[in-house]
Amino acid sequence: MSFYFAQFLTGLSSASSLFLVACGLSLIFGVSRVVNFAHGSFYMLGAYVAYWLVQFVPGSILGFWGSVLAAALIVALVGTVVEILILKRIYNAPELYQLVATFGVVLLMQDAILFIFGGDDQFGPRAPGLDSVVRIFGEPIPEYDLLLIALGPIVLGGLWLLLNRTRWGVLVRAATLDREMVASLGVNQSWLFTSVFFLGSFLAGLGGALQVPKVSINLLMDLSIIAEAFVVVVIGGMGSIPGAFIAALLIGELNAFGVLVLPQATIVLAFVVMAVVLVLRPYGLLGKPETLAHTAGQVELPIRPASSLAKAVAGLLLAGLVVMPFVAGDFAIVLATDVLIFALFAASLHFIMGNGGMVSFGHAAYFGLGAYGAAFVIKYAGGSMELALVAAPLMAATGAILFGWFCVRLSGVYMAMLTLAAAQIVWSMAFQWQDLTGGDDGLLGIWPSDWARSKTAYFYLALVLCGGGILAMRRMIFSPFGYTLRGGRDNPNRTESIGINLRQHQWAAFVVAGMFAGIAGGVYVFSKGSIFPDEAAIPRSVDALVMVLLGGVQTLSGPVVGAGVFRLLEDEISRLDYWRAILGAIIIAIVVIAPEGIAGFIRKLAMKAGFERNEEQAS
Amino acid sequence: MKILRYMAGCVLAAGVVLTAIAAQAAEPIRVGEINSYSRLPAFLDPYKKGWQLALEEVNAAGGIKGRPLEFVDRDDGGKPGNAVTIAEEMVSKEKVTLLAGTFLSHIGLAVTDFAKQNKVFFLAAEPLADAIVWKSGNRYTFRLRPSTTMQAAMLAKEAAKTGAKKWATVAPNYAYGKEAVEAFKTELTKLVPDAQFIEEQWPTVFKIDAGPVVRAVEAAKPDGIFNVTFGGDLAQFVREGNLRGTFENRTVVSLLSGEPEYLEPLKGEAPKGWIVTGYPQGAVETPEHKAFFDAYMKKWGEAPKLGSIVGYNVVASLVALLNKADAYDAETLVNTMENLEVMSPSGKFVFRAQDHQSTMGTWVGKTDVKDGAGVMVDWFYADGADYQPSDEDVKSMRPAE
Repeated sequence: MSFYFAQFLTGLSSASSLFLVACGLSLIFGVSRVVNFAHGSFYMLGAYVAYWLVQFVPGSILGFWGSVLAAALIVALVGTVVEILILKRIYNAPELYQLVATFGVVLLMQDAILFIFGGDDQFGPRAPGLDSVVRIFGEPIPEYDLLLIALGPIVLGGLWLLLNRTRWGVLVRAATLDREMVASLGVNQSWLFTSVFFLGSFLAGLGGALQVPKVSINLLMDLSIIAEAFVVVVIGGMGSIPGAFIAALLIGELNAFGVLVLPQATIVLAFVVMAVVLVLRPYGLLGKPETLAHTAGQVELPIRPASSLAKAVAGLLLAGLVVMPFVAGDFAIVLATDVLIFALFAASLHFIMGNGGMVSFGHAAYFGLGAYGAAFVIKYAGGSMELALVAAPLMAATGAILFGWFCVRLSGVYMAMLTLAAAQIVWSMAFQWQDLTGGDDGLLGIWPSDWARSKTAYFYLALVLCGGGILAMRRMIFSPFGYTLRGGRDNPNRTESIGINLRQHQWAAFVVAGMFAGIAGGVYVFSKGSIFPDEAAIPRSVDALVMVLLGGVQTLSGPVVGAGVFRLLEDEISRLDYWRAILGAIIIAIVVIAPEGIAGFIRKLAMKAGFERNEEQAS
Repeated sequence: MKILRYMAGCVLAAGVVLTAIAAQAAEPIRVGEINSYSRLPAFLDPYKKGWQLALEEVNAAGGIKGRPLEFVDRDDGGKPGNAVTIAEEMVSKEKVTLLAGTFLSHIGLAVTDFAKQNKVFFLAAEPLADAIVWKSGNRYTFRLRPSTTMQAAMLAKEAAKTGAKKWATVAPNYAYGKEAVEAFKTELTKLVPDAQFIEEQWPTVFKIDAGPVVRAVEAAKPDGIFNVTFGGDLAQFVREGNLRGTFENRTVVSLLSGEPEYLEPLKGEAPKGWIVTGYPQGAVETPEHKAFFDAYMKKWGEAPKLGSIVGYNVVASLVALLNKADAYDAETLVNTMENLEVMSPSGKFVFRAQDHQSTMGTWVGKTDVKDGAGVMVDWFYADGADYQPSDEDVKSMRPAE
């Protein structure tokens, strides 16, 4: 019994650590609706700064805690600067652009920390005065764990007091419920957002600094914590701080006892719990349905068939691609094949996101499913490439039918998080089911049939499949089906009131998008010859999001432009040192200068120059 | 006058021709080097410094048959798909003679398969996966660093001597961890038939929640612990275990933990008495290592790590290969590489013809703490040649050509 009690305490201390990171994320999301990818980077920065400061005051209790607080404050200042310089400029852009901007911050921060603190893993000293264990019922419990266990509820209480007993807290809660109303009552929203960001970053920095005596400090900390923190925030209900606390407890304890029963399962446990909670309680344990914004941000222009100028540009582009193998070198063809694949992948995400208003944070699941589906045909069925390329969309569509059914019951960020959970489940299956997928070692030797083996032939195959896929989706967007989806995006209630079963349409759209992502995955696997779980992992999903948003979510050509720019940029600058920082800076710059995306920006310019009709101006 | 001008013209023409010939002769031999530099700087920075040093030495000594050796190095960002694209570029645009590099096993495997498909010579530098030379091995791929199974076999041999019977294993939950545990079990059971494995922990790689893991191991009360976690996971595992006394009075056998990359960050909290594979740095006193160590210290102002040796040995292997080969097409390179002997700071090794694995070994010893830093003591150099499977086993594991 004493053993289980000790395990329970260990779980509590993990839960506290998790809560400290997650509560700041939840707070920021609740007020500003920013899905802050950079929260993990702030956590990592907090750990590095605290580690650095502690070295000046070895062994001093006061020095240690001073360093922790100072680190949290420094991180809070950095967070504030990020908010003022970047986020403040784009609060009016569609919601997800802030996500892309914070992703840019993640890249920037990774290289900044590498530059300042070096690449070596760092291992901080134990906390002075709390460096051994106490025996509870004869079981050794680290003193520092006990402190963390206490700190979680203390921070929770402090935040509760701050939010419920101060005027600032009243304003923050009001903004969480209805920020337009708060603004119209004359509250300075700008200041409120900055202060919330300050507090949220402070908590992230504190969470990181407090880990110095526990974990090794390294450059992988940011991305490994952010996924977990998202899970906690979503399970608890986005914006709910007590919810985050309960969720952290749930995850911490499940983990502590999970390793005793099923040690292999820790890899998915959190995501399975998240999926179950979201299916049963769509808004998380203590969350409330998203309040409808009074103005849906910018009103989108209705879509129109391409103007003659746009058609001419597209025709030229296509002609250029067709003649490309005759003029360009082998490598340019390989790169162009990559761009085509990612253009289809991004376009399939855009199909549900731009058109259906359904954001997917886990679109890589269908890319990965398609790739694995194709690989299975080659590896286990002894099939040909042609058969495999048929299997790819089928496999992906099957996955999309299953996950889509759950996902379309939700909307907004909750739906996005459920798609993320689904993708994590796909990823962990690819990772764990070694007999079938080869696990981390992947499946090798998946090369095209002889006729498509040359780079040129494969390029044309990719052009037909990916180009065809993009055009097919474009055709669907102009069909009644596409109009229904946009109706659902702009006003779900009205759409349903005229007798349309919106959920069924959304589900169908989800499956279509999954299917085309599957085709992209299938074409991808034959171009690389091998497939690994990475293709279904979070970074691949983020890639797709970045491509769509970079290109412009409100334009139909956006994903294609975004995929081209992103892939070529990545290829070009990854030759340089600190290239991630450069990529991050470019992403931020594009988002700040052209918050409607590159294609949207060009369209705006074209309208100004009078090349495109602008119905608003005409009326 | 006329004749003078004529002579001057002749001299000039000859000069042009000679320069052209010289330029032809001095055309560098290009090697395409692909690695996850931005993803894992802690391991690949020393590696890069190792090959940079070796490259400098080679070129200062006149290069290879009068031609300088040049590395075209690229970062794959830790993505296997990117690595394949880069390999394509190296071959078709950069016109490299051969490919080398990679650290992560799955990226190594992706490039291995690319090499097979495109018939390009590839020297896998760091990845440990057995599959690179066995299950997915192919004619065009060679591997330098001792594999997971080789290193697990080295440790199993030492573990057998301790008398521990009941074992718990702690390994990251992915291919490398599973392979290492499997190999250790097989090798140990060969030597100690009544060894039992009573507890397995599989923390997620780079995301260990060490407290519960340590407790679960403790609860099983094993005689010995076989650890495969590394990097940040290892640090947490060590700290939580030290705090709770999990390692006291137990045999702990740990893969790679003696490598400075992993041991150094632990500082004074490095475990004592663990049986590990690793690299005792300055303590290795063979003349060839001493020369390398001093040159490295002089150039970079820090002691080399294991990655530095691997990086240096990549160049050493390629230099031996390119000097011996009479042509630089892939087939000749592969034929020359088989049974090629290489002299290196870590001693002489051979690229086996049967599975293209090098016999480069590693150091096996115990960990200790001296002056607040983890070190290896009682170590010896385990020659990779002594830890190879039989030729029949290799034949059954490698796909037919």
